[in-house]
Amino acid sequence: MCLALPARVVELLPNLRAVVDLGGVRKEVSIDLVDDAQVEDYVIIHVGYAIGKIDPDEAQRTLALFAELSEAQNTLQPLQHLGEVL
Amino acid sequence: MKYITEFRDGQQARHIAANIAAEVRPGTAYNFMEFCGGHTHAISRYGIADMLPPNVRMIHGPGCPVCVLPIGRVDLAISLALDRGVILCTYGDTMRVPASDGLSLIKAKARGADIRMVYSASDALKLAEQHPEREVVFFAIGFETTTPPTALVLRDAKARGVANFSVLCCHVLTPAAITHILASAEARQIGSIPIDGFIGPAHVSIVIGSQPYVHFAQTYRKPVVITGFEPLDVMQGILMLVRQVNSGRAEVENEFSRVVTATGNQAAQKIMAEVFELRESFEWRGLGQVPTSALKIRPEFAAWDAERKFDLHYASVPDHKQCECGAILRGVKRPADCKLFGTVCTPESPMGSCMVSNEGACAAHYSYGRFRAVAESDSAQVATQKIAK
Repeated sequence: MCLALPARVVELLPNLRAVVDLGGVRKEVSIDLVDDAQVEDYVIIHVGYAIGKIDPDEAQRTLALFAELSEAQNTLQPLQHLGEVL
Repeated sequence: MKYITEFRDGQQARHIAANIAAEVRPGTAYNFMEFCGGHTHAISRYGIADMLPPNVRMIHGPGCPVCVLPIGRVDLAISLALDRGVILCTYGDTMRVPASDGLSLIKAKARGADIRMVYSASDALKLAEQHPEREVVFFAIGFETTTPPTALVLRDAKARGVANFSVLCCHVLTPAAITHILASAEARQIGSIPIDGFIGPAHVSIVIGSQPYVHFAQTYRKPVVITGFEPLDVMQGILMLVRQVNSGRAEVENEFSRVVTATGNQAAQKIMAEVFELRESFEWRGLGQVPTSALKIRPEFAAWDAERKFDLHYASVPDHKQCECGAILRGVKRPADCKLFGTVCTPESPMGSCMVSNEGACAAHYSYGRFRAVAESDSAQVATQKIAK
């Protein structure tokens, strides 16, 4: 029900409407709730309305977070190096 | 697709799973409730439960709007369509929700009621403008994600003077429901399960922001991590909860920071406040009456409020006797604990609401988890037989 998908704004239309591209599928949506959306922005589309805008820097930060080592692994690492040296 | 594919990478998922496994403390139980049906679906669909250590348990919450919609509300919609001759517009999700007298919207449609599935609330308004001779009612359900679109449509209907359009408002509020789960005396009576933290809503939080959760994180000392709906988001959210539990913190953290801010979508909040006000109380399936947990249409928009226009009165209707949806929605029971599960109650022919939407705990378990459960019980049986021998 609350499913929503990120889509790229490709064209701004009058009356706070826009055309978005979702993996090659184009659709007209309302940007009434995200009225500062610009072409090339990624917006989250839900029941025909953009409800939020993706912050590309934050997305990068989250992806970097996934790649981090765990706190436990971090503390183990120096020991592993020590093992190699010995 | 950008912002989807990279959040579904299997190798990365195994990496986060290894982090979780490395950080959980043996002997500590981590019971986390994912409030949203979207998370329930992701956890089942991507096999996330299989990647977690045995002491991390995910409890499915009541955040599926279709599942918490009480029978009496669906009855109101059906009576409008069958007895009052309106064109009833609804999101597809509600079509198969079981109502009174063995009916559902789809069965009412088969009996000749004019019920139409729409993708967007604005399609319903468009239909009203195309059929000025007919009454068109939009059956508005959902949490804070679908509420702003309904508000915009009511604003437009009033501005354009569309007199044959109205809304049957059943919008509900997320923070009220979470507070209720934590606070309700009834849940305590039933023996509520200990919850050590919450995976907070993804898209609901885009609208309301992360601030509304601060109150209950502090009051009830429960960590909350607002988490995206993609599988890597969910894994990372669980890791963040594990870390909070380990360090004794109860904070609101935001894993879904690429769209969720502290204050949320101000334009959406503004239009909701203009059009809607709090209901004193609203009945949720599984939770019962929950105070100030839903919205009603403000008197300024009375002419577009289907409850006023058609003088509708809500009557509570009990669920099927053996249906365990209530306990499942509170996280007290699991789908397989219900006698009806997978026998008379299936996604093709649902008896309870949790089997209707693919975000419901029962439908998700039926589609993705029931064979795993059978395999587990088989291996348990084999083990007992071996011991017996």
